[in-house]
Amino acid sequence: MNDLILISVSALGLASLYFVLASGLSLIFGLMRVLSFAHGCFLTVSAYAAWVVMQAIGTASTAGLFVGAVAATATGAVIALITELLVIRPLAGRELEQLLATVGISIATVALLSGIWGSDQHLLEVPEWLRSTTAVLGAEIPNVRLVLIAAAVLVLIAIELLLSRTRYGLIIRAGVENREMVTALGIDVRRSFTLVFTLGGVLAGLGGALTAVFYRGVTPYLGDDLLIFAFIVLIVGGLGSIRGAAIAAVGLAMAQSLTDFYVDMGAGEIVIVALMLLTLLIRPQGILGQKGRLV
Amino acid sequence: MSGSRRFIGLLLVAVAVVVALLVPVLNLTLGGLLPGPLNSPGSLNLLALMLLAGATAISLDLVFGYTGLLSLGHGVHFGVGCYSAVLFANTASIGFGAGVLLAMLTTLVIAFVGNACALKLTGFGFAMASLALVQLLAIFVERGYWGSGGEVGLTYDSGVLPGNFTGLANSRNIYWLAAGTLMLIYVLARLAVATEAGSVWQAIRDNPLRAQVLGVPVYGYRLAAATFGSFLAGVCGIAYSVVMSGANPGVVALTYSLGLILMVVLGGRGLLWGAMLGGLLYTYLDLRLAALSTLSGVEDLPGVLRIPLTQPQFILGAVFVLVILFLPGGLASALSRRGGSKNGPGSGRTAVLVNRLRKAPSP
Repeated sequence: MNDLILISVSALGLASLYFVLASGLSLIFGLMRVLSFAHGCFLTVSAYAAWVVMQAIGTASTAGLFVGAVAATATGAVIALITELLVIRPLAGRELEQLLATVGISIATVALLSGIWGSDQHLLEVPEWLRSTTAVLGAEIPNVRLVLIAAAVLVLIAIELLLSRTRYGLIIRAGVENREMVTALGIDVRRSFTLVFTLGGVLAGLGGALTAVFYRGVTPYLGDDLLIFAFIVLIVGGLGSIRGAAIAAVGLAMAQSLTDFYVDMGAGEIVIVALMLLTLLIRPQGILGQKGRLV
Repeated sequence: MSGSRRFIGLLLVAVAVVVALLVPVLNLTLGGLLPGPLNSPGSLNLLALMLLAGATAISLDLVFGYTGLLSLGHGVHFGVGCYSAVLFANTASIGFGAGVLLAMLTTLVIAFVGNACALKLTGFGFAMASLALVQLLAIFVERGYWGSGGEVGLTYDSGVLPGNFTGLANSRNIYWLAAGTLMLIYVLARLAVATEAGSVWQAIRDNPLRAQVLGVPVYGYRLAAATFGSFLAGVCGIAYSVVMSGANPGVVALTYSLGLILMVVLGGRGLLWGAMLGGLLYTYLDLRLAALSTLSGVEDLPGVLRIPLTQPQFILGAVFVLVILFLPGGLASALSRRGGSKNGPGSGRTAVLVNRLRKAPSP
């Protein structure tokens, strides 16, 4: 029983990482129809930013961790903004070229990072309390997983509020429903594109800090490894649906962790890739996606 | 195309073929461009890998460039060919010759079944399904399931490969194998796109809806193109296993499949020689750029310049983005007046469709 609780709560921690990355991708795809392969490298660059800042601060403290997270989030926002303005916007309306360009950006960035800091892992010092555990229903849960869960819940609430309470949220929701109509109403969708892409960068940046803390280190491949899982979450949850992404992240991380524990370490990945294939064949729009979205 | 241009084109092809076949007997030294003289084992191995990449890029161009299907997991078929050839050949009761035939059969079956499923989806759906397929194979290989050797990969057991294809002394045979594979794949692809089916593929690429409305069975034509291209990738994979004397997990990694997309787009999608050029150039830069930059005194440069120059993947990725932004037809469009996908929709291909429709008995 303790095993089951431990695995479930740990899986929620993993689900949080998937969700933070997938939610940004989902917003971007929902509005812009761009499947961004650069999202993983945004996360990686941000993770390095957190590592560099925390390295400069020196001792591992909670305040240092916070500064590192802020630096990572800002980095994510800035590189996403630059990418949107320099690469995505000039290719407006050519979705295939936009996707391909993000592939190129991702490959170049990963190579640049390994050129500068090498391809081996750099360790990240985290405060003592993050390394200890808390008893939940008799199971010892690592604190870092609880932090991840809290962050993901905050992200979910923040996005929901943004979408439901602000004018930009309204435009984004309307754009997801029917982009042509929003354009026809005279709203400058391009500005919303920039906003949404940057917002995705913010989420990837936050995800970078969380990932660095989770793995207690950074490598150039951090983001690309996670990106696959974020894609799977996106497809299963339904492209463009934030709530769908949240549900899929939890379900898939549970399936993955339980399979890893009870069947074979690594079999969990096979299960969730297979689940994605099944979703594509049986319900291509995903759990909460709209029919006809995936064309 | 006018007669004289056609003649010049044929002449160029003939010269290229002759030069390509003569390479292993030429004892030339090309500065630092190659690891050694032209006919040294190191150079021949590099050239063989380049030629195979050119062939594989052509096979993807059939699917992506000609039929408009964005396959993010084309490497899965290359990988299946590569791994199954080694696995079958290493089985004592099968041996090399029968092993290669069985590997071809395996890639054909997987190419057909995998694409038959993935093509139930279109657009991003197909892209994601193909990505899932290559990811599945990558996990299986990484975990070492089915005797795939995990991270180490597989090698042909000693004595399995025909004696002509082992050892440094036989580098020239390995080179000729790669050159032969490229020529075979190019000719097969050329013949395929020259058929009526080839025109229909391009019509579907330019406007699937129009093709559908004209009564073309779009799914069937897509499946034929994807199965053919995937099978050719499997053949390249089998040749690769001989060149490398085994299989390695690198070929089933997602980065390899994305690399194939880079080759096709860099060279010029929708043109066979464009894709081939992209494959040759990409592989040359990928394998040789790091060595080149140490030769030409790059080491003395400040880090800001030196680090990017010593990372081939950085240069390739950056050039790729620039090509997409400023040269949509790829290098081929810069080299010829007739650019890859610059042809624009329909030029002549819709006519083929309309003719088909006229010839078809009315229901």
